[in-house]
Amino acid sequence: MPHALSPLPEKDFGYWEAEHLLARAGFGGTPSQILTLSNMGLKKAVDYLVEWERVKDPLADGSEFRSDIMEPLSRENRQRRDLARRNSDERTLEQFRAARQERQREDRRQMRSIQSWWLERLIETPRPLHEKLTLFWHGHFATGYRAVEDSWHMMLQNNMLRQNAGGNFKNDLVHNIVRDPAMIKYLNNNQNTRKAPNENLARELMELFTLGEGNGYTEDDIKEGARALTGMTYRDDAFSFNQRNFDSSGKTIFGRSGQFDGSDFVELIFQRPSASWFVPWKMHRFFVDDSTEISTTTKAAVNRMASTLKRNSWNVRPMLRELFRSKHFYDQKNRRSMIKSPVQLAVQAVRSLDTPVRSINRVNQACGLMGQEIFFPPSVKGWEAGRKWINTSTLFIRNNLLVYLMTGRDPGAKAWEGSPGGWDATPLVSHLRGLDGRDEAKDIVTYLARFTLGTAPTDGRLEEWTALAKSRDRIDNETLVHLLSLMTACPEYQLC
Amino acid sequence: MTEPTPWTRRHFIQRGTALASMAATAPLFIQRASEAMCLPLGSMLSSLAGVPQDHVLVVVQLAGGNDGLNTVVPYGSSDYYKKRPQLAIAAPGKGNEAALALPGSDGLGLHPAFSGFRELFDNGLGCIVQGIGYPNPNRSHFSSMDIWHTADTSGRDNGWLGRYFDNTCKGTPEAASGIALGNAAPLAMQGAKSLPVSFESPDLYRWMGEDFGDDVASAFKSVPGKHDSGTDDNLAFLKRTALDAQMSSNQVRKAVSVSPLTSWSGGDLATQLQTVAALVRAGMSTRVYYVTLGGFDTHANQEGSHQRLLRQVGDSLLSFQNELKAQGNDGRVLTMVFSEFGRRVGENGSGGTDHGTAAPMYLVGPMVKPGVHGTHPSMTNLDDGDLKFTADFRQVYAAALKNWMGADADTILRKRWNPAPVLKS
Repeated sequence: MPHALSPLPEKDFGYWEAEHLLARAGFGGTPSQILTLSNMGLKKAVDYLVEWERVKDPLADGSEFRSDIMEPLSRENRQRRDLARRNSDERTLEQFRAARQERQREDRRQMRSIQSWWLERLIETPRPLHEKLTLFWHGHFATGYRAVEDSWHMMLQNNMLRQNAGGNFKNDLVHNIVRDPAMIKYLNNNQNTRKAPNENLARELMELFTLGEGNGYTEDDIKEGARALTGMTYRDDAFSFNQRNFDSSGKTIFGRSGQFDGSDFVELIFQRPSASWFVPWKMHRFFVDDSTEISTTTKAAVNRMASTLKRNSWNVRPMLRELFRSKHFYDQKNRRSMIKSPVQLAVQAVRSLDTPVRSINRVNQACGLMGQEIFFPPSVKGWEAGRKWINTSTLFIRNNLLVYLMTGRDPGAKAWEGSPGGWDATPLVSHLRGLDGRDEAKDIVTYLARFTLGTAPTDGRLEEWTALAKSRDRIDNETLVHLLSLMTACPEYQLC
Repeated sequence: MTEPTPWTRRHFIQRGTALASMAATAPLFIQRASEAMCLPLGSMLSSLAGVPQDHVLVVVQLAGGNDGLNTVVPYGSSDYYKKRPQLAIAAPGKGNEAALALPGSDGLGLHPAFSGFRELFDNGLGCIVQGIGYPNPNRSHFSSMDIWHTADTSGRDNGWLGRYFDNTCKGTPEAASGIALGNAAPLAMQGAKSLPVSFESPDLYRWMGEDFGDDVASAFKSVPGKHDSGTDDNLAFLKRTALDAQMSSNQVRKAVSVSPLTSWSGGDLATQLQTVAALVRAGMSTRVYYVTLGGFDTHANQEGSHQRLLRQVGDSLLSFQNELKAQGNDGRVLTMVFSEFGRRVGENGSGGTDHGTAAPMYLVGPMVKPGVHGTHPSMTNLDDGDLKFTADFRQVYAAALKNWMGADADTILRKRWNPAPVLKS
């Protein structure tokens, strides 16, 4: 029976479909990578991206970072501090305070290194969908360093999300996130005790992680759910269950009564009908259509995703495989229609144009200025995406980032001396050189426009760029950089 | 006033002419953008002609938690001196580092370095609103700042000024736009539909590719492409914003290239306010500007750093006011100064103060009711070592929105707040 995600016929999968797939299920690529993918055919190309374990990941796993910067005081030091407090020994207390501030400074430095480490992974990964899903989960289970204040815990969470990115939504992701030290700290569940329940995690678990706001739960379910989550805390770098703080008395959640604990609460949530809809809808926004409105086609597609997710006992890969193969995914309406997130913009620029990274810190900083600083989501709601990324200021930063990647010219630097350097754009168009009876300038401009924008604009811009190319003595690297800077400054370039 | 100000009607008409002459040569889609009733945020080309309101609000954020008790000093309180043996500022007249007396107040003085503000106060251009806070104070910078930015004690709403833009754009015929200086758009300015223009420095608010040469710079002009005003998909939205960016970039850079009329004090805040003054002078239709100065988180060795900060704040506010006066725009611009919280009453062992609660706000401009308003929190009846607030910050927001911007404060703040009586009626 046909359904909303019935597959695209193999014969309809060509270069531009492969380009679309690689941009959405990854971060784009060079023309030769796209060609490789399109030659595989639809089924194999999707499997290649979804079954990422088949590709070896040689990148650093983060274990080189220090785990001990923010570790709690030793028992001996704790006793010394407590004694100083009792004696109002300001000098000793001051030493403790100073030491703590120094550790915090060190930890903030490490956090910046961890940001760079992940951004580098995003740029270099041979498993684009793996990193892209990790980014999705980071925005979904949004946790910010500012409140966690422990870079190692942020890194551990990131690795947990990466490890389970293509796993089981219920068992691998939700059950793990309520046991994740960074999340527990971020949503104050370490303060959620029998005597003083804290509802933060219970609320967000339903509102933001599983069911969606107001979708099949009440304020009472939050209160009771919070009691079920009591005692779930962390010690050092790992989850820990504090029996003393656990409220073992009876609870009534979604009309069912029992002495539920946190795991029971998660299981109960997944029995709600709305549990299978919310995450597929967010994934549809992330991979297919970033609009916040739910059209009829979107609704039908998400319904199908939800039923596939549920039929496969919450394993996300069958759902993704079906989505990436579907006619719906390749519909013209869904091509070049989504606004690139800042990370998408930066990573895709490097991966598809094959520019140098220049300075990873600078790129990370630029992502922050454009509104997406990884490990620092604005709130537990994550990033809002879509049009929220764009204003007049972020648009200039987007354009200038591309100029920076292609030329190495730092956006902050005043004077601009010399010619563009460090990147050779000529291989992009070498196949168009010296062809008999062809208009080389026009060929090159048309090709570059289609490569960067997916289209050759018909509103006069193409003619203007061609005239510019022809006015130069020859179309050398510098001219190519000028043309590409103009093209990547076009509104169309912000779309993928 | 005998001299015509730059903002008389004549000026509006001139600006209208500039638009008309541009319209003759500009392609149709640009004309549409500048004629639009409710422009996408970032459009600077709307004329305010025919709109009676041309009031501007400038918000100055002191990030980190400014020590209210050492800014407006309660020298009449013996508890102040008991709890701050190292950091207390001496009563007026007691030595050369003593507080500056505030005439008409009861036992209150200003930090000696806050002399710039004192001059404004003495000239009837500044007021202090005491004891500002909110229920169940949050002592985290991040959370408390969110509360101030959203005007919501759970910090979960969008920005209060963003809601002002959303609201104004919905019904009333006012093209509103906001500019935030700094490297990120503050939450306060982010509405459901509206985002501010933001830039750290006007020099960077441009496309760098212009420097490749005149031919490239000229080709950049057509980069936004043609947009079909009938559609509202992502591409149409991007094209509109790209066009706004080009136009506002030219305007902003042109505005700041004009030398100021007065001499300015130094520092980061003064630089930002100087940009704001230049934009006001250039006749931008911007209604809200947002500037930020950080460094107020004075946990240790507060004395020197706080002194430098207050010197900078006071002197910058004074320079700003002098510049606006020289422009003839002072009557149009209300400046509001806040911080996410004050600091604890008692000093800590590091010569500093820790995160606290209630603190004063400061308003500047000839429209403010000069003096010290509200009630000072008790120095003895404390809440776990912290001051208890005596007025809610949303009452001050309500005054700015309702009595100054002529906006529907109840809708924007999602509740009826009695406007604090801080502005002349």
